[in-house]
Order: sequence, then structure tokens, then C-alpha cells
Amino acid sequence: MTLTHILVFAAVSLAAGAIPRARKWILCAAGILAVYWMQPALPVRNLDFWLPTGSVGLAACVWALTAGKGGGRRENAAAAAVVAAAILAVALTRYVAADPFLTPSRPPQTEWVLIALLAAGALFASAWMIPARRWILAAAVAAILALFIILKTDSLAQAAAGFLRRAAGQSAEFASPLDIRWLGFSYIAFRLIHTLRDRMTGRLPECDLREFLAYIVFPPAVAAGPIDRIERFLKDLRAAPAPIAELFPPGAERIAAGIFKKFVLADGLAVLALSAANADQIAAGPWTWFFLYAYALRIYFDFAGYTDIAVGLGRWAGVTLPENFNRPYLQPNLTAFWNSWHMTLAQWFRSYFFNPLTRALRTGSRRVPMGLIILAGQLATMALIGLWHGVSWNFLLWGCWHGFGLFVHNRWSEWSKARVANLESRPLAKKTYTAVGTLATFHFVVLGWVWFALPSVANSARVFLRLFGASG
Amino acid sequence: MAERGRFIRNVVIKGLILFAAANALLAAVDLLPLFGRISVYNRIVPGRVRLPYGDDPAADYSLSLYNLEAMFASHEIDAPRAEGEFRVVLIGDSATWGFLLEPEETLAAQINRRGAAGIRIYNLGYPTMTLTKDLLMLDRALRRQVDLIVWLVTLESMPQARQLESPILQNNAGEVRRLIAAYGLASDPEDPRLVDPAWWDRTLVGGRRDLADLVRLQMYGFLWAATGVDQSIPADFDRPLRDLEADESFHGLLPPELREADLAFDVLAAGRAMAGSIPLLIVNEPIYVSDGLNSGIRYNFFYPRWAYDRYRAMLAEWCRQNGAAFYDWWDLVPPQEFSNSAIHRTPEGEAMLAGRLEAELIREIYGR
Repeated sequence: MTLTHILVFAAVSLAAGAIPRARKWILCAAGILAVYWMQPALPVRNLDFWLPTGSVGLAACVWALTAGKGGGRRENAAAAAVVAAAILAVALTRYVAADPFLTPSRPPQTEWVLIALLAAGALFASAWMIPARRWILAAAVAAILALFIILKTDSLAQAAAGFLRRAAGQSAEFASPLDIRWLGFSYIAFRLIHTLRDRMTGRLPECDLREFLAYIVFPPAVAAGPIDRIERFLKDLRAAPAPIAELFPPGAERIAAGIFKKFVLADGLAVLALSAANADQIAAGPWTWFFLYAYALRIYFDFAGYTDIAVGLGRWAGVTLPENFNRPYLQPNLTAFWNSWHMTLAQWFRSYFFNPLTRALRTGSRRVPMGLIILAGQLATMALIGLWHGVSWNFLLWGCWHGFGLFVHNRWSEWSKARVANLESRPLAKKTYTAVGTLATFHFVVLGWVWFALPSVANSARVFLRLFGASG
Repeated sequence: MAERGRFIRNVVIKGLILFAAANALLAAVDLLPLFGRISVYNRIVPGRVRLPYGDDPAADYSLSLYNLEAMFASHEIDAPRAEGEFRVVLIGDSATWGFLLEPEETLAAQINRRGAAGIRIYNLGYPTMTLTKDLLMLDRALRRQVDLIVWLVTLESMPQARQLESPILQNNAGEVRRLIAAYGLASDPEDPRLVDPAWWDRTLVGGRRDLADLVRLQMYGFLWAATGVDQSIPADFDRPLRDLEADESFHGLLPPELREADLAFDVLAAGRAMAGSIPLLIVNEPIYVSDGLNSGIRYNFFYPRWAYDRYRAMLAEWCRQNGAAFYDWWDLVPPQEFSNSAIHRTPEGEAMLAGRLEAELIREIYGR
């Protein structure tokens, strides 16, 4: 998100907050345009038009699959027509100016867009007509996950890029995983899987197409979260927003804080942060620590800054997005860290992976020791969170690092519960215990970033050696 | 909530007033040079061994900027002079700066490594080929207790028409005009290439790019300190052209047209005047001498033989007439020891020059 994006989204949010009657339309239309506008340019011909179209189409089809097939048919048909018209309008900008202004490159020829819209319309109608059986919903989840795995696995993404290049009449020789940078797909996929899963369990609230699209491609949160829950989002969307004069100050405060964190602190620290480029150039251990601390602070300010901006813009639109960060580096233990770092992501995995997994292990026919259940649950969940960032050994190791850390902390807190309780009557000892815990947690997390920041295990191993005084 | 709204409104209004005042102050006083003196170099991190220059800051851990104060504040020459140190500065073009050389491979570094007693060489070379740019650097260098100056020159730096062909000159118009006036240089002080910053450019908003560069230069100081990298050197690059065009022209001149007035001897004279009693050695730096196609017509991509030979003769004569110490080492380095151009040397080529220069420095300083 650039400052220009923020400025435009601020205007959209204020308009949505100020005109409650048109709010759903404004947010739905702005979200659709935003996915085109924010999509980075790609070397595969027209792919930077087709991927945003895919986001909108996928969202519409998931809605058709999960929606109750009751009333509101005319409104939903009107919404579907407006969505198609919006996509067509974006495509027609190819005739408005020589240089594209809403899309990163010139949209494809209109006949191709019309054919794609017809195909999407047929898919949408099929999804609408199919009864939402459990296996169909599960297949939809699997399809989204498969797409996700392709995008996050370099070798698969490269093969897909080669295929797309050939389909576009280009040479596959230069295919790269970076050819398929799909704006916000990770977050869109999380929201879609959340709605599909909740539909399977009967917890998904009824909503119309406009509301659903506004939720999936809510402009402030489409690129980097937070991952809201649909029932909470709809509550805000359907309620009358507070007067704009009341919404403005807290929103402005968050946006200003976010801009400062992201564009001043994070972007400044980016120069000093540990990276693949400088990791092998840094000669001494103390400097390696310095750059690692810079990385830790940079990644926090970057994420937290984006969240502040999204929350602030959301407030102006009358939507209170969930918080994502709560002073994570000041938490006294790793469990508390993960309750305050990228909170909506952690909650998502807790709801849709950790809890079902541990429940299954607890209630399975074979008795599994509790320690093992916790170990399996923490390790598998954190490994998946790691792999969500990209299918690589380093992300997997980063996830396992935290998975083991959470398990060890869980066992430690079980063991030390009684002893720590005794500290309640000794304030100084309690403070010392908390301070040591905070320092240890911070450094455990900081060291974990070595896996996350670098591209290979060998790279990371050399940095670890240097951090602890051994030559790398 | 209303109270909170009033508070934020007041903060915004006060902030805007302060912001406007800061802009006006900056524009009125032109504080950017002053900000340039605020530096982490030589205080928190070591000074750079060459002036900051970089096309790709993220890889070079350095960047090109126009703030001379900041450039010199980031250089090791800005550190206090050590006890008994004899300060020698090298000025010149990108070859002196050390293009495609690691910091420890440059001419200055190689002489320093040889460890001639008490002599400390400072690399004040800077890319772009014009003697007036060298003069600007010399002017700054002389504010830092210099004992001896070595000026490495080549013909490409000397045409009068090229003298203002450097962004560092064009963006320091005031300084350049001062030098033109003080030393009666032939360059036109009203040359349209000299850019005077508008009032707006001196404000915080208009000058934000320059301010950001100052901050980035400080940030890259930590990377410089941690890595010792100040230039990203590609693994591969094009070698100097061996086969040349059968072209006898030099900057539009044809044989035997090159006259003394075509070359910036006035700038050399200004350098000598500026140095005053400080010894100044003029070195005609080594060039790549091709033995390929049309090498009978041209020495290299830059120079047709007739023009270069005439330049050498004129430079030697000028130095003789003006009593300047002159070393003509044009063919000291064999062709295989040039990296990517007719003047950029390999580490081995640099070592050859370093050996010769060190011997002359010892003779000049200690008389042996």
C-alpha cells in the first residue's frame, strides 16, 4: 500500500462513513476496483488483469455456493450485474487512455473479457444452483488450498508461470515464481476458507452478494489483513455508523500512527535489517546482532503500521477491524507473544486447524498422551503458519522453532504454575521473573527471525554461528 | 469524544503551524549544508575511505548526493589528524576513486598498506571526468590540514566544454561560481547547466529528497561499518574495447586542431594557486593502449593518438613552464590490467601505479 493508495482509500472510507445508505455499494465497488489498482504489474501478458478478476470471480462463486438460496434474488442479481459491469468498465479503460491508470498494464481485448465474464457467469450460476453439500464445500476448500500451495511453492509456481506464459503466446524460458504475484490472495483465501468452513458447520450468517464482496475485498484490509470474521464484519456493516465527526479523530490517529510506523520507522529500518544480501557480508557477531534487531523491529513496524492504517481507514468507513498486534515484543512468554502478534492469523489457525486437530486427537479411539497432543498441535499449527509464508525449508524451520517454543513454554508453565503463584506475595521477585521472561521471549523470537529473513538453511546456519561467536 | 476531537484538532493546527515555520526557516537560512555536517561517520562508525558514490544504494551501501558537507563529513579525512601524520590527498576521476575495486584495492589503500612511515593517503577521487570537479574537491580538502596533493589527470577531464559536465558541479552552482570568480576560470558562471535551487527546493517539502539522502547516507554508514562494502562490484563486466573505430576526432576536433585554449589549463593553474605552499604533484594517469583493429589511429575508446600525444606534450610543457612537479605515467600499466574502461585499473594495475607513486612520494617528502 502506497501513500497514494492510503489517500484514495481514506476518501472512499470517509464517503462510505458519511453516506450510510450507499455504504455497501461504495465498499463493494471500491473493493473490486482496489484489487485491480493495487495488483502489481506482471510479465505474463494480461495476467495482472486476470488475477484480480479471479479474486472477484472466486469470491462471487464462493458466495453463490454458500449463500442461502432464499430471498433477495433480485437484489443479488442486480449486484452480480453491477460486479460484471465494474469488471467490464475496468477492461474498457484500455480505450480511455494510452497509459493504463486503473490496472498495471493495458487490459486485454474486450472480447476476451466478455468471454471470461460469460464463463464466470456460468460458473456463478452453477454454484448458485448446486446445493451446498458438505463434500462440495470441502472440495471448494481443497481447490483454494491447492491454488494456495501452487502459489507458495516456488517449483510449482514456476511451472504454472511457464504454462501461463505459453498460454499467452510467450516463451516459457524466463518463467519465474514472481510471475504470479497475486495481490492479497493469501488473505482472500483465508476469508473464503473461513466462510466455507463456517457454512459446513452451519455458523455462516446469511448475507447478500454486496455484503460478501465488501467483506472479502474490503479495501483497507485486502492486501495485508487483518483477517476479520464475517459475522463481526456484517454486524458493523449493517449497523448505522456513528457520525463522521465522531469517527474521524480516532481513525486519523490510527492512520497517522500507521503511516509513521510503516513509512518512517519500518522503511528506515529496512536499510539496516538483516537480509540475504548483507548476511554474508557482515563480518562480526555484534554487528550481526545489530542487523537482526533492526530486522525484528522493522518487521514489527511494517506489519503493525499496515494494521494501524487498515484499522483507521476501517473506522472511517464505520467498520471496526480486529486488532492484529498488542505490544508483542513486551510479552513475558511465547504463548503471550502469539496472542499478540498477527493475532487474527493466529486465531484463524487456532479455529480451523489447531482446535479441530487437538479435538480429534483427544477424542480419537486411541489414547494419546496430553503432552504429545500439545506437541503435535503446536508443531503442526506453527509449521503450517510458516509454510503459509512460502513453501521452503526456512519457513518450515521458523514455524517449527515457534512450535517447539510454544510446547516448551506450555510444559514449563504447567511445571512452574505453583512456584510462580508463590511469587504473587513477592513483588520484586515477580517483576524480575516477568522481566527475565520478556527478555528471553524477545530473544527467542528475534533468533527465530534468522530462519524467516534468509533464503536458505546454510545462510541461516552461518548467521547463527556468527551470532554466537563462531566463525560463519 | 468531543474533547478528544478538540485535542486532535489543536494538535493538527499546531503541527501545521510548526511545519510551515520549519519550512520557511529552512528556505530562508538554507540549512541543508549545516545538516550535512551532522554525521555518524568518524563518531559512531568509521569514516568512509572514499567519497560516497553509488548507482544502486541498496547494493552499494552508499549513494550519490550533492551535499559536499555531508560527503566530506562521511569521509575518513574528516577525523582528527593523528599525531605525526603526513596527510596526502589524491584527487582525480573514477580511476582514482577506484571504480570496480574493493576499498582495500584502491590506489590510496594500496599505498597506505605499503606503510611508508608517517604518510597517510586519503582518496578524494570522485567519478565524472572534469578538472573543475577535482578543483571543487581540492577546495574542500584544503580545509582539512593537507600536507601534499596528488592530482591525477587525463585528457578526457580537460576539454573546456566538459568542465561543467558533472552533476556534483551543476548542483553546487554557488560554489562553482565562487571558484570561477576567485581563480578567473574560463567557464561561464551563467552556464545554464548550473542549477540554482529555487526557494521551494530549499524548503522541507521541496528539499525532502536531499534530506532523505542525508538520512540514508547515515544509515548506510552502519552497513559500511559492518561489511566494509561501499560499492557493489559485478562478477562480470565488459572489458575495454580492443578493436576501435577508424575515427580521428576528439570531441569534434580533428588533427592538428587541439590548442592549449581547448583544454582546462586554467583549472590546473587554479589548483596550484589554491594549494599555495602545499606541494602539488600532477600525474598523467595510465591509459589503456590497445593493440587491436585501428590501434594505429586510436589508443583507446577515448583517445585518438594525435590528440593524446599532443595533450601529453602540452601538459609536460605547461608543467615545465609553471614549475609544477609532473609525472607522465600514461603507459605504466599494461592493457590486460584495465578493468572495464580505458582508465579503470585492476587491483594489479593499481599496485603498479601505487609502487611508482609511493616511491615519488617518499622522494618528495623525505628527499630520498
